[in-house]
Amino acid sequence: MAEMAIKKKRPKNLDIMTIRLPLPGILSILHRISGAVIFLLLPVLLWLFQSSLTSPETFATFKSVVGNPLVKIVLLGLIWLYMHHFCAGIRYLLLDLHKGVDLASARLSSKIVFVVSIALTLIIGAKVLW
Amino acid sequence: MVNRIVVGAHYGLKDWIIQRATAIIMAIYTVIFLAVVGAVSPNSFEAWRGIFAGGFMKFITFLFFVSLFYHAWIGVRDIWMDYAKPDGLRLVLMIATAAVLVGYAGWAVQILWRM
Ligand code: HEM
Repeated sequence: MAEMAIKKKRPKNLDIMTIRLPLPGILSILHRISGAVIFLLLPVLLWLFQSSLTSPETFATFKSVVGNPLVKIVLLGLIWLYMHHFCAGIRYLLLDLHKGVDLASARLSSKIVFVVSIALTLIIGAKVLW
Repeated sequence: MVNRIVVGAHYGLKDWIIQRATAIIMAIYTVIFLAVVGAVSPNSFEAWRGIFAGGFMKFITFLFFVSLFYHAWIGVRDIWMDYAKPDGLRLVLMIATAAVLVGYAGWAVQILWRM
């Protein structure tokens, strides 16, 4: 079955200059990138979490690290990656249940993911970072 | 003979289900966590620590961490399977990934129960 489907001749366009990745495609690659980046930063995040909870002294260190404007920008970016992964992940779970699989709904839901995750990022950033 | 085409990662129904189950646990925890932080608005060490002092919050936070590490294991392994083609390299990356994640789980226990 799968073999037949793959052998069938299908139109191909691999010219990198003319490929336009549609929104659901951007959502998808960002989902992978966000998962990978959070994975790579886990030791830093665990260290921050530990510092914030261990003692008043380590909490003060935590505060001063997180208070650095450059760190704030990085954290805001991380919050966005997490919120994107979270919202896009929920969209994937719904797609797995065959909800919203037609092209129009898939495009609409990917727009919703971008809007909601950016809005959540701004709200959380405003509340906890600034 | 098993007649199938090698199509990259994403084999294994068990892992597929676990990745979804852990995703749901993390999603629910995320909502609870944001609601608690929103309600408490912790702006001191004591208030922040107080959030994780109760047994229930400790338990679900630990559940979140375990889900996260298992979820990341499946997800990152899939990524290695897609991009790390030489078998030796792929094996080393997978072992390293599993090793750090097991270490993080121990670290998370220590953070939550020694605080
Ligand atoms: C609320 C939390 C989360 C939800 C709802 C969620 C959801 C999902 C879902 C549904 C998938 C499968 C996507 C697919 O097979 O195409 C996935 C993949 C993945 N997740 Fe998560 N996830 C969450 C948190 C995290 C976190 C914190 C990390 C960081 C380590 C992470 C890392 C990954 C990775 C690396 C993949 C594989 C991506 C790929 O194969 O392209 N996830 N996530």
